[in-house]
Amino acid sequence: MDQTVKFYQTGTFTVGNRLLSEENRSVQANMQRTNSLNSGHRACQGCGEALGARYAIDAAMNASNNQLIAANATGCLEVFSTPYPETSWQIPWIHSLFGNTAAVATGIAAALKVKGRRDVRVVAQGGDGGTTDIGFGCLSGMFERNDDVLYICYDNEAYMNTGVQRSSATPPAARTATTMPVGPEPGNVFGQGKSVPLIAMAHGIPYVATATVADLRDLEAKVKHAMSLNGARYIHIFVPCPLGWGAASHDTIRLARLARESGLFPVFEAEFGEVKSVSKIRHRVPVEEYLKPQRRFAHLFGKNPAFETIARIQATADRNIRKFGLLEEAVS
Amino acid sequence: MMKKPFAITLDVGSSLANHTGSWRTERPVYLDRLPPCNNACPAGEDIQGWLFHAESGDYEQSWRSLVENNPLPAVMGRVCYHPCEGACNRGQIDSPVGINSVERFLGDEAIKRGWKFEPPAKQSGKQVLVVGAGPSGLSAAYQLARMGHKVTIHEAGPLSGGMMRFGIPKYRLPRDVLDAEVQRIVELGVTIKYDTKVTDILESMKTGKFDAAFLAVGAHIGKRTYIPAGDSAKILDAVSVLRSMEGEDQPMLGRRVIVYGGGNTALDVARTAKRLGATEAIIVYRRNRERMPAHDFEVEEALQEGVMIKWLSTIKQAGDSSIMVEKMALDDKGWPQPTGEFETLEADSVVLALGQDVDLSLLDAVPGLEIKDGVVQVSKNMMTSHAGIFAGGDMVPSERTVTVAIGHGKKAARNIDAWLRGASHEPAPKHEVAGFDKLNPWYYSDAPKTVRPVLDIIRRQSTFEEVVGGLDETNALYEARRCLSCGNCFECDNCYGVCPDNAVIKLGPGKRFEFNYDYCKGCGICVSECPCGAIKMVPEQI
Ligand SMILES: Cc1cc2nc3c(=O)[nH]c(=O)nc-3n(C[C@H](O)[C@H](O)[C@H](O)COP(=O)(O)OP(=O)(O)OC[C@H]3O[C@@H](n4cnc5c(N)ncnc54)[C@H](O)[C@@H]3O)c2cc1C
Ligand SMILES: Cc1ncc(C[n+]2csc(CCOP(=O)(O)OP(=O)(O)O)c2C)c(N)n1
Ligand code: SF4
Ligand SMILES: [Mg+2]
Repeated sequence: MDQTVKFYQTGTFTVGNRLLSEENRSVQANMQRTNSLNSGHRACQGCGEALGARYAIDAAMNASNNQLIAANATGCLEVFSTPYPETSWQIPWIHSLFGNTAAVATGIAAALKVKGRRDVRVVAQGGDGGTTDIGFGCLSGMFERNDDVLYICYDNEAYMNTGVQRSSATPPAARTATTMPVGPEPGNVFGQGKSVPLIAMAHGIPYVATATVADLRDLEAKVKHAMSLNGARYIHIFVPCPLGWGAASHDTIRLARLARESGLFPVFEAEFGEVKSVSKIRHRVPVEEYLKPQRRFAHLFGKNPAFETIARIQATADRNIRKFGLLEEAVS
Repeated sequence: MMKKPFAITLDVGSSLANHTGSWRTERPVYLDRLPPCNNACPAGEDIQGWLFHAESGDYEQSWRSLVENNPLPAVMGRVCYHPCEGACNRGQIDSPVGINSVERFLGDEAIKRGWKFEPPAKQSGKQVLVVGAGPSGLSAAYQLARMGHKVTIHEAGPLSGGMMRFGIPKYRLPRDVLDAEVQRIVELGVTIKYDTKVTDILESMKTGKFDAAFLAVGAHIGKRTYIPAGDSAKILDAVSVLRSMEGEDQPMLGRRVIVYGGGNTALDVARTAKRLGATEAIIVYRRNRERMPAHDFEVEEALQEGVMIKWLSTIKQAGDSSIMVEKMALDDKGWPQPTGEFETLEADSVVLALGQDVDLSLLDAVPGLEIKDGVVQVSKNMMTSHAGIFAGGDMVPSERTVTVAIGHGKKAARNIDAWLRGASHEPAPKHEVAGFDKLNPWYYSDAPKTVRPVLDIIRRQSTFEEVVGGLDETNALYEARRCLSCGNCFECDNCYGVCPDNAVIKLGPGKRFEFNYDYCKGCGICVSECPCGAIKMVPEQI
């Protein structure tokens, strides 16, 4: 065998890798990483949002030379990190209202511009509820004006902070506190909801990306790239919620990985409305593997499995795979 | 109190004051599990441990770690049947790590670069006699010398190596490789007295003032079986044939050679006969291929070289230019039964490869020794029933391989050392095995095994050049990096990264990690996402 490619055991799949050169290592592997979101926060065991926020904001801090201000919508991330007067944030951080964090960030960016502080960068962050529902108007405005803000949405597919109510990011068939608990088709209905990444792309902004907590290196690269640009940028991070999804706390990363590997959560990046790259599926899995470990989908399994519903969810995954070209063979 | 901004009444506090670790009902702990390769190695090598150093290209450190347990890596990288690879977890992903080929690379690299063993820090003043300079004797001598004992090997023959020289053919183990590794042991301070056959062990110990002895005389007497034969039939035994390959005069086997037996020795003789110019080398074996004790890869290599095998056959009679074989059939227990069907094969000579017996005459004068099935019984510390006399290798009950022999030598050395100090050696308790179910294979890059170059078939049939080639530096590095590091932290930083509570403290290169239980909530993500199974959850004492 002709072995010319270099091989590094775990490559960039793991957080760190002693076999890679310093400059090829992740921000999270660094002993001096900022831990922007510090220990002692009150997120549940195995919280995907806490993890995703530290990954993203540490990367943004690293990319901005630690000159960063964050606006944060109401939601779990804000509540578990900052019960007044205590905070886990080790960066300048402002709590907005539930629905106006994009507008608050726009204001901060405008103020910095007036003050001539081009070195200080702005991020806005919020949950899926704060982003896809109540904050959507402010967000769309921020995109449309191309304000110099990186908006990060931590998508745990429901209003978790107030007790797992449905949002427009809740997937079909998932049970929440505000969807049909029983009956022929419990859980969220098919055919509603929206994809904010695709809507963001429709605004033609410089950069839109999706990411998951299961692929740190990809997430960091996207934040870093977004921070190298100016104007409105949007990153949508998939963050499993053990409590709201009825999953084991140790399965947070596994579930994010399965969402990606099944095709249910397509991971891609786009510039000015055009898809530039997609993360290919490495070991494709049927959607059952992703759905089964979650109690919010438990009604699909058990004695009389809801084959038809599962098939509809599989069809969604298949459509994503076709649409984004998520399989290796699909490259033309 | 400081003057506060508008509408602020309390000082800002850090969440660090909030010890969320108190929520925990289970805690993660780091552990070293036993990699399956190490568990399977009869020489007790820490394979994962030395591969770890090879992975970063530190071959000298890797070699030094390897030779802690085995002083003959260049030899073992050629002749070991590598049970480690059969157990390797990577086999369940693509194919096992080529452990044996990396071992050989390290052994060859050490010879090329002239790496030496570290001499012992101080001498113990004790003298140990080792009988036999085969792998078991050499291994024991090396370990004892490193512990500071003065070791003398008495070897009956004119050269070192035992069956590694007088059994295993050159095309599998070039003699310069063997010589180089033995020489390194001699340079450590081991004395080898050649042509010194021990006939009475107690006598030799007394004359030489030895405090203890390790016996490793091997099994050298070829087993015979009764075959009615004409006066001029040429019947030889495999061990003598292979042994004479090392002398001036090569054995005269003729053009049509029959080898009788189904072990690796039979294959070695048949392959040797081919190289000596036989047009036909036929192995006659009473059972079928599935039941043959020889290893599959060796059968394969022999068949490629044109060796033929007559399955399910026994030799009934031998004449001067032919033999008569009877066809066998296996009964339901798998034993061969005669069928009454006969066949004649042309044969210039018949070589018996039916196994070897041990020459135990040096123990005749030792009272109370327990001998069963022709081998000496030893306790679990490798001591015979005579205090101070230890034994290992082919002469004690066990599988007969170089690897087992080396393992015995090491184990005996540790026990001899303890015995000399009036103590007893307690081996460290075995860690739990890191089975495949303990790993998270997602994290490993896809990487098929490197195949070692194999000598061209024509050259294999006519010369004694080494058949299987080695890896070069890039291949060896690639192969080492295929290791999953089962059960042992390789500092991939996953736990440090994936903890949502920053409760993992990174201690720096080579120092691994520590949990900060003040903040660890016990979610278990680190355990799930550790690629190699080096963390586990244990219930919290409440
Ligand atoms: C043809 C053949 C091929 C083999 N191939 C392999 C292989 O590929 N891989 C593998 O792992 N194993 C192989 N084996 C088995 C392996 O060689 C033996 O298991 C191993 O060498 C045993 O080591 P030992 O130290 O116990 O004895 P030996 O290697 O037999 O060494 C014993 C030494 O003691 C000396 N001696 C004997 N009596 C006395 C005495 N009274 N006084 C002083 N010295 C004495 C002998 O001269 C000899 O040097 C093979 C064996 C044979 C016969
Ligand atoms: C205007 C307004 N309506 C309702 C609320 C109550 N509220 C606080 S957080 C939250 C849900 C947050 O959900 P999401 O944005 O998805 O974030 P998560 O908690 O899931 O991370 C709601 C409904 C509020 N704070 N303000
Ligand atoms: S992958 Fe490495 S540690 Fe695991 S069994 Fe194979 S060689 Fe040993
Ligand atoms: Mg939410």
